Amino acid sequence: MFNKADNTLIKKLKKDKLALLGIFVLSFLYLTILFASFIAPYSSTFAVRNLSYAPPSKVFTVTSDYKLSRPYTYNYIREFNPESYSVDYKLDRSKKYYVRFFTKGEPYKILGIIPSDRHLFGVENGGNIFLLGTDIKGRDNFSRLLFGGQISLTIGFLALFISFPIGMLYGGISGYFGGKIDSLMMRFAEAIMSIPSFYLLIILAAVLPAGMSSIQRFSMITAILAFIGWAGFARVIRGMVLSIKEQEFVEASRSIGAGSLRIITKHILPQTLSYVIVAITLSVPGYILAESGLSFLGLGIQQPDASWGNMLKEAQEYVNILYRPWLLTPGLLIFIAVLSFNLVGDTIRDILDPKSNTR
Amino acid sequence: MNIFAYALKRTIQAIPLLIIVSIISFTIIKLSPVDPLAELKLNPNITPQTLALEKQRLGLDLPFYQQYVRWGWNFLQGNLGISTSGEPVINRLMERIPNTLLLSFTTIFMTWLVGIPLGIYAALNWRKPIDRAMTILSSVGMAIPSFFFALLLLVFAVKTGLFPVGGLTSVGFENFSLPHKILDIIHHLILPTTVLFTISLASLQRQVRGNLLDVLESDYVKLAKAKGLSENTVVYKHALRNAINPMVTLLGFEFASLLSGAALTEYVFQYPGLGRLVLEAVMKSDINLVMASLMIGSIMLVLGNLIADILLKIVDPRIGEG
Repeated sequence: MFNKADNTLIKKLKKDKLALLGIFVLSFLYLTILFASFIAPYSSTFAVRNLSYAPPSKVFTVTSDYKLSRPYTYNYIREFNPESYSVDYKLDRSKKYYVRFFTKGEPYKILGIIPSDRHLFGVENGGNIFLLGTDIKGRDNFSRLLFGGQISLTIGFLALFISFPIGMLYGGISGYFGGKIDSLMMRFAEAIMSIPSFYLLIILAAVLPAGMSSIQRFSMITAILAFIGWAGFARVIRGMVLSIKEQEFVEASRSIGAGSLRIITKHILPQTLSYVIVAITLSVPGYILAESGLSFLGLGIQQPDASWGNMLKEAQEYVNILYRPWLLTPGLLIFIAVLSFNLVGDTIRDILDPKSNTR
Repeated sequence: MNIFAYALKRTIQAIPLLIIVSIISFTIIKLSPVDPLAELKLNPNITPQTLALEKQRLGLDLPFYQQYVRWGWNFLQGNLGISTSGEPVINRLMERIPNTLLLSFTTIFMTWLVGIPLGIYAALNWRKPIDRAMTILSSVGMAIPSFFFALLLLVFAVKTGLFPVGGLTSVGFENFSLPHKILDIIHHLILPTTVLFTISLASLQRQVRGNLLDVLESDYVKLAKAKGLSENTVVYKHALRNAINPMVTLLGFEFASLLSGAALTEYVFQYPGLGRLVLEAVMKSDINLVMASLMIGSIMLVLGNLIADILLKIVDPRIGEG
């Protein structure tokens, strides 16, 4: 039964060109971050100290005497310009560095298991390739985008996997038992919803003790994001449970002696599944935006770990945006990811909830 | 039930809600590792006796619930404590709240002014290219991270010099004439409003479109059409009213999301609003200020929803019976 419904969902999704585009972009993004350490030429902490804010490397395929060549690049040299009092980057045309594919580089583990030191591309020893320039510490922006994506694109999902089960169970229990339990539980959920969510978010993040390891910090931020999101969801589920529990099959399972918790989890909550799927796909963007906003303020994922939000932090200075536009790339990626999720989510909602006329 | 009784009932219902909010906020703040006496402890001139006295004065030696009651009692009397900057918290809040309300109301006004006609237009051109284009555009509008958009606009302001960079007033504002003052504030409001407007416009437009489409499907609209009423009369006189009424509740929701969503925009534009105040307070671990702004934010949110519900009751008396 469910499989059949699933199939039509996929079929209908395939028909919608925008949703298909969204799915394509998302698959591309997730595949890229899955193999981030292979695709990225450097690790997220690799830094060339004297090349802070170097512009993107120029890759040439035509030599200065107009001959085709294997792709090569030049290193940048930093020069202080005494007239304008600025630091300029110039190409050091004395030595070519050829771009190499499947080259050896820093060691890493494929998918965190298989050790390897091959990277999709790199340059000969002594050369640097920064496809999207470097940040203030001379770290490769392109590599950090990939590693930052690993955090930014997964933290929302992880938070969903905490907040949705909690919300479902909470709403289920509240709606099923009704009466005093219901009003008490709902007052609590409403109280959480009455605190402006962003205020709650930054305050909870600020309460976190300093000096946590990056894994601890990551899990705490995930937990906070989940804590913000469950209440509104629980309220909707509770509303649905209120009407579902009046149906005969609930009465039937009660009469054969099923326990309350079993009835809630096995019989009532599965009925809310199509709403849950829609709500999940529509919630992911919110979580991604919340994480990046938090990290943008410096309260989320901390340096030296990369996330799209904390990378954008450097763009808070006018000078950086005006003269180092490559520092804005994380913002662009957040936008693309959120847009794709919205396109897919809207289509899934239209398919599973034919009453909504949004498309 | 008349409207006043309804308003009174809803107001009374809001009180326990706010008490729970205050307990939650108080617990979170007490969980924070920040020690309000840290600065005094580091000062070698402060003797342990003074420290103990200060601890007693602030009530930090009392059990949790007594501290809460003490705080709650002070809060009700309007004594919100002293901020780390030395000013009373209430003064700092009072100078920020009007600014946040100004920004929120301007945004809501602009959004409704533009969103409703766009929604109607899309619904009347359902599934035509223009409708599809608007759906895509609204997806784009919803996907732009507010702080990113704000940054881009800020660059625009810096590059062109057309708009002031941040703040709400120019230098020398006190000496301006009244019309000049108003113009100056409007000038400063344009960019932050643009950011918030772009983001909230999309969802409003979709909502209007969806509601109107639902209503256009209903029997009484079909009847009105069958009676031979003109398309315009049907849409604007009958359908539209019923499509827009339920959106009044959205006002409260929109206000709530603006309170939250504006914080990042206020931060980027250095706009002196409540959101930025909370942020600054959090960064400086200014506990009294954080606690008070959490409460004020929640009170504003609950009030916003309350007003929206009462408005809905006025436009649609069927709501809320029983």
